[in-house]
Amino acid sequence: MPKPFPNIVHAEGEEPLFKPGDQVKISARYPMGHYRVPNYIRGKRGRVESVIEPRAVNNEDEGFGRNAGLKRYYYRIIFPLTELWPGYAGPKTDELRIEVFETWLEGS
Amino acid sequence: MSSDAHAHAPIPDAGDAMPSYYEIMETAVRELLVEKNAIGAGEIRQMLEVMDTRTPALGSQIVARAWVDPAFRARLLANGRATLEELGIDFFENTQLTVLENTDKVHNIVVCTLCSCYPREILGLPPDWYKLKPYRARTVKEPRAVLAEFGTLIPDDVEIRVSDSTSMVRFLVLPQRPQNTENWSEEQLASLVTRDAMIGVVRAAIPEKTEKSR
Repeated sequence: MPKPFPNIVHAEGEEPLFKPGDQVKISARYPMGHYRVPNYIRGKRGRVESVIEPRAVNNEDEGFGRNAGLKRYYYRIIFPLTELWPGYAGPKTDELRIEVFETWLEGS
Repeated sequence: MSSDAHAHAPIPDAGDAMPSYYEIMETAVRELLVEKNAIGAGEIRQMLEVMDTRTPALGSQIVARAWVDPAFRARLLANGRATLEELGIDFFENTQLTVLENTDKVHNIVVCTLCSCYPREILGLPPDWYKLKPYRARTVKEPRAVLAEFGTLIPDDVEIRVSDSTSMVRFLVLPQRPQNTENWSEEQLASLVTRDAMIGVVRAAIPEKTEKSR
């Protein structure tokens, strides 16, 4: 692969804010309406498996006619099932993975 | 569904309930879109026709090819959509395809808790149970119990990996190739891959009554 030019400043949303392995927390907010973030992961801690290409518009704004064209990344996030469900009876290694839009992720 | 562009009382079929709030909304929006020339009624019909041509048989062929062709398997796992597009399978939704590989240490199962996201391009329409709340709610919470109800017992030293399919990516489970199939042809192998195995609720297996010497 050719060597990229150094010192390029990227516009907002062009570069992913998180990378594989990062610990993240899902935002615990509950706006009215249908969101692509199931309640059971809100407020839970997980880690980034991968950044999903390509970038996508924010469907939650798009759904209300508010999208201005800004794109951001979805991430596939890993949660141990024991983190999601206190009292989970199965092995500690059991996991759930799910795509979450960047605006719902907080560093932890 | 009513495809004519005017309002009338539903045509009763035996056992039909009244249309729900959302069914009425879907009909109203669809008829408006047609009336405003945003889409043609023919386009909806044609899309339904395309959907009807996509069945789990296509997914089975993909899995069988991945079992016999390591280079194809590697490319499929790296980028499902691009690899299948090279083979002429077009994707009519703006979604990616991730292929999840089952191994001796990991068993994948796919669910969509929010609705019914499903890799329709390669499996066709999802089964009813996939769209119903018990499967959607329980699979993320007690996947081993759900699997057991499908007759699938996963040992504790095998990780269960639930993929909740919510937005940009659709998932296909690549089951493990059954043992004692070394001499099977790609076509014979495809016959072992069921829809349920590609959702991850069962394994691919040789049916018990199949003779070994096929």
